[in-house]
Amino acid sequence: MGESIVVTSGKGGVGKTTTSANIGTALALEGRKVCLVDTDIGLRNLDVLLGLENRIVYDLVDVIEGNCTHQQALIKDKRCDTLFLIPAAQSKDKSAVSSQQLRDLIAELKEEFDYVIIDCPAGIELGFKNAVVGADQAIVVTTPENTAVRDADRVIGLLEKEDVGKPKLIVNRYRPQLVKDGGMMKVDDVVNILAIDLLGVVPDDESIIRAGSQGEPAVFEAKCPAGRAYRNVARRIQGEVVPLLPLEKRGGFFFKLKSWLGIR
Amino acid sequence: MSNLVKPGVTIKGTKEGLLFLLDETRPFSALLEEIRHKLEHVSSQIWDGPDTPVMIKLGRRQITRDEEKELRQVFSIRKNLIVRSIEAEGMPYLADSSSGIKLLCGTIRSGQVLEHRGDLLFLGDVNPGGCIRSTGSIYVLGALRGLAHAGSEGDESVIIAASVFRPTQLRIAEVISRPPDEWDESEVGMRFAYLLDSQIAVDSVHDLGQLRPELEWREKRFKSL
Repeated sequence: MGESIVVTSGKGGVGKTTTSANIGTALALEGRKVCLVDTDIGLRNLDVLLGLENRIVYDLVDVIEGNCTHQQALIKDKRCDTLFLIPAAQSKDKSAVSSQQLRDLIAELKEEFDYVIIDCPAGIELGFKNAVVGADQAIVVTTPENTAVRDADRVIGLLEKEDVGKPKLIVNRYRPQLVKDGGMMKVDDVVNILAIDLLGVVPDDESIIRAGSQGEPAVFEAKCPAGRAYRNVARRIQGEVVPLLPLEKRGGFFFKLKSWLGIR
Repeated sequence: MSNLVKPGVTIKGTKEGLLFLLDETRPFSALLEEIRHKLEHVSSQIWDGPDTPVMIKLGRRQITRDEEKELRQVFSIRKNLIVRSIEAEGMPYLADSSSGIKLLCGTIRSGQVLEHRGDLLFLGDVNPGGCIRSTGSIYVLGALRGLAHAGSEGDESVIIAASVFRPTQLRIAEVISRPPDEWDESEVGMRFAYLLDSQIAVDSVHDLGQLRPELEWREKRFKSL
């Protein structure tokens, strides 16, 4: 019996899909059987990030409407044998599935996979509610910006009402240089306001954009700081004790290294 | 009960019904026992007469809900006695538990509203977009970053205090105020807001004693006793 984890944020564009793709891939690279479920019906992206767009035959709505079995809809990743994707439908909208249907599907997938990672759409409406309902755990992604933190706070409040375990936080697109200037919130400040456990800090990294346009997640690149941060997050998800402080420091260390190289 | 020099419970007949005067200096449980004894053992035609309203005066004593329940239970021995009112002298007869301050903890997040009646001590943070509202005063042991509305039913004597005082907006009774755009970061320590000439003023808690002398604790008061 596996575990289902929803990746959510409230605000759009903070890196939910990137986080889902990278954590999923990182877990699969460690030999776990992982299924990614894209619930952003009508605005699907996860398949694009993974470079699997051209392999889609059946999608989430097909599974739920009974046009195919979930086995048929599972797309195997190009590089990881243990990573699978159920893509969202592009021509429907969020109301095409009900929360009960998704809950049942996630429960079925949990039988087969070690981890079922649910990529949640932005917003707090129907799509969010559907995505959250089948999840055992939640990861809240935020960037160190006021707007994103505000929305994350709202989402954490909503998650606490649902039967989801205490959400964990990922601070994405962290820029230590900017933080030093006082132009960006510190990780500590973000954690202070949101008052939940920190799962990881992912530095702002252009290789994420590079990876996105190539259709392969950044965790494959050993030198990519963001990729390493995601791998650490994956290790923590598996219950490995990677203490928070070293993780944060490591993030900072990468940045220092990068800025030293920049100075050179 | 016969060994009591003076009865703790005095019963008087009035036009409206029976008046029970309870001695505030006696323990409440003893009074209950005395009433029970009187109702059960003292035979009198008033106990068996037609329906009679009962007014209970507690003197300068407040009772809890449980005590009220017990009191009513005792009177239910005699079916014709109907408890119409319970009164204390110059204050509400019900004492809210734990000296009138309700203690709650947690985090009030964006979009969440905590509503309360009476004074409220909140251990935790009120985040931006969150709202804490009470008919009495609000004390936050934590960061107040959202909206706080004290005296929501018009009480203008209430205050809002917080260990980290960074509200987006403050309301006391009908008055609305927001902190200046550039908050003075040099101000450290606990601060509180109160109404001054129908405007909200914010001061350090050190000044609270001057504004509300009745609240202030002074050592010499106790020495003089």
